[in-house]
Amino acid sequence: MEETTTQEALQIDLGNLMAFDPHHHFPSLPSSREELVKECLKRGAELVQAIADRLFNLPSTEDVDGPLVKLLPPVTRLPREKHLPKPKPPTKWELFAKAKGIKKRKKDKVAFDEQTGTWKHRYGYDHANDEDNVPIIDAKMTDEPGEDPFAKKRKDKKKRVEKQEKNRLQNLKQAAKVGALPSHVQLAATALPITGSQAVPKKVTKEELGNVAGMAATSTASGGKFDKKLPGEKPAKHKGKYRKFLPVVESKGSSQEKEQTEKVLNKLMSKNSHEILNVNKAITMYNVKKEKKWRNKQEKSSSSSTKLKPKKKLQKKPSNKGSSKKGKAK
Amino acid sequence: MLKVKTPKKGKARRELEKRAPKRVETGKKTLILHGTKTSGVLNSVLTQIYHLKKESAVRFSRKNGEVRPFESGGETALEFFSQKTDCSMFVFGSHSKKRPDNLVIGRTYDHHIYDLVEVGVENFKPMESFTYDKKLAPKAGSKPFIAFIGEGFDSSEELKHLKEVLLDLLRGEVIENLNLGGVDRAYVCTATSSNKVFLSHCALRLKKSGSIVPRMELVEVGPSMDLVVRRHRLPNEGLRKEAMKTAKDQTKKKVKNVSQDAIEGKIGKVYIPDQKVGETALPYKAKGVKRERREAKLKSGDDNEHASKKQKEDSE
Repeated sequence: MEETTTQEALQIDLGNLMAFDPHHHFPSLPSSREELVKECLKRGAELVQAIADRLFNLPSTEDVDGPLVKLLPPVTRLPREKHLPKPKPPTKWELFAKAKGIKKRKKDKVAFDEQTGTWKHRYGYDHANDEDNVPIIDAKMTDEPGEDPFAKKRKDKKKRVEKQEKNRLQNLKQAAKVGALPSHVQLAATALPITGSQAVPKKVTKEELGNVAGMAATSTASGGKFDKKLPGEKPAKHKGKYRKFLPVVESKGSSQEKEQTEKVLNKLMSKNSHEILNVNKAITMYNVKKEKKWRNKQEKSSSSSTKLKPKKKLQKKPSNKGSSKKGKAK
Repeated sequence: MLKVKTPKKGKARRELEKRAPKRVETGKKTLILHGTKTSGVLNSVLTQIYHLKKESAVRFSRKNGEVRPFESGGETALEFFSQKTDCSMFVFGSHSKKRPDNLVIGRTYDHHIYDLVEVGVENFKPMESFTYDKKLAPKAGSKPFIAFIGEGFDSSEELKHLKEVLLDLLRGEVIENLNLGGVDRAYVCTATSSNKVFLSHCALRLKKSGSIVPRMELVEVGPSMDLVVRRHRLPNEGLRKEAMKTAKDQTKKKVKNVSQDAIEGKIGKVYIPDQKVGETALPYKAKGVKRERREAKLKSGDDNEHASKKQKEDSE
């Protein structure tokens, strides 16, 4: 909307609310900074006024927040930040359908299920005419003996799904080549295309080679002791595990092996040493013992009778328990 | 082999959709960053530019030594940042003996450097140094007026370029509808010499004028500064042509049930669902109107009276 106003040539871009005065020049550049600023603002206000004249005369609609104006599209051409979205290339099927003149037809969401005689969803869970849901398959003359028709059906379906996935990937690749991949899809390479799905063989490092050579050299009966050394061959770097076995029979005193095991045991014991004495248990045991003593005294003082017998049994029980607990605590 | 990677969550998908190329672009995000050395003046210039553009800017606060926009190889980091933050404009500040208070303003196209303008900042006056009625203070994100004054912007090649970059930097979001009550700021850029531009940020005071157009008054709110153009690099012609492409007019989406007629103009079809008379609730139901009774009566009309009586007795 670059228009020239009658009195001065002003370029006004209403979409950007921008005005440009290409003809203004200061008759004499103001000497001081304040004067310059003043001059600029004065002229700036005039330009802003020119935009506002145009802007406020646009047809407006009243809104709760104020008058709304429909702005014109910007005139000043500015570069885009990203390229224009590219159209998606047709898929292989779309190309084929076009060549054959196949047209898309809409299908109903529901279909008649012949097995149950009801209307069911065409796709999805519990859909109509589900091939996988057939309980009995009629035998045919062409059937091969020893083949499970159900397994075959499953296998075929899996193959079809895989094929579709392959086709989809192919179409996406084609789209990626043009740069028209949907924004949420990324194609990530899992392996090099030349080798297919095989992983690229890793380059063996010098250290690894040395280790392997060492292993090989020591895997003879003598552990490589009597092997002929090649000229310039260095002694093997790593001869497998370094394990030591202690002598089973010791000449005098305590054996080393015993010492070792004791050391381990002591370590374990000391770790749980604070749990060895259970104070609560000890107190109850003490109390029970005391009671037992007291009862024994009572028994001796009172004359024996038939009634005492069950009592005695009762007293025996806790004593037994106490002894068993003692053993545990230790 | 290739693997299809898609975001697992809707949020990630929406975020990616936001970054995808669009037919009609509405605005650019600005990345604000600085080099190994910046002066105090430059620090506050960058901060204030960030404040002016807060709704559509990303600010980096660390030193970026490897960013040298004009040198070959120095733009790789910048392009990476542009990709990462989805910004297509950048303001890069650096300070050296040769080029004190240096500001590089540039744009990117498809995350590659499009053009560059280098300016020196002089006579900088920060926002804080201005005193004005705080009621006038512009709101964040409001659409500004922009005024370019001076023949320098037309005659000088570098100022012409700077004008375009400044317009892109300052214009804010491209909008369709504007609230006239919300216009509250203006940028005034004046070419004072062949390579010098005075830039000032002003608030607007709308005064009554007696007509529908209010009288505009500018109140300087800062920041204000002089920009001296140093180096600039224009885009090459091929890239420029590519970047200036605009989407052709979108074919209008067909509106259902609305048609145009030469004589009658706009015609709309309105579908009214069946009026279900039987289901409407009556305000008052007399006994005689009740359905069961009506049906019973019809039945009794078919049979003779005696039979109906007998039936009644049987049922009892």
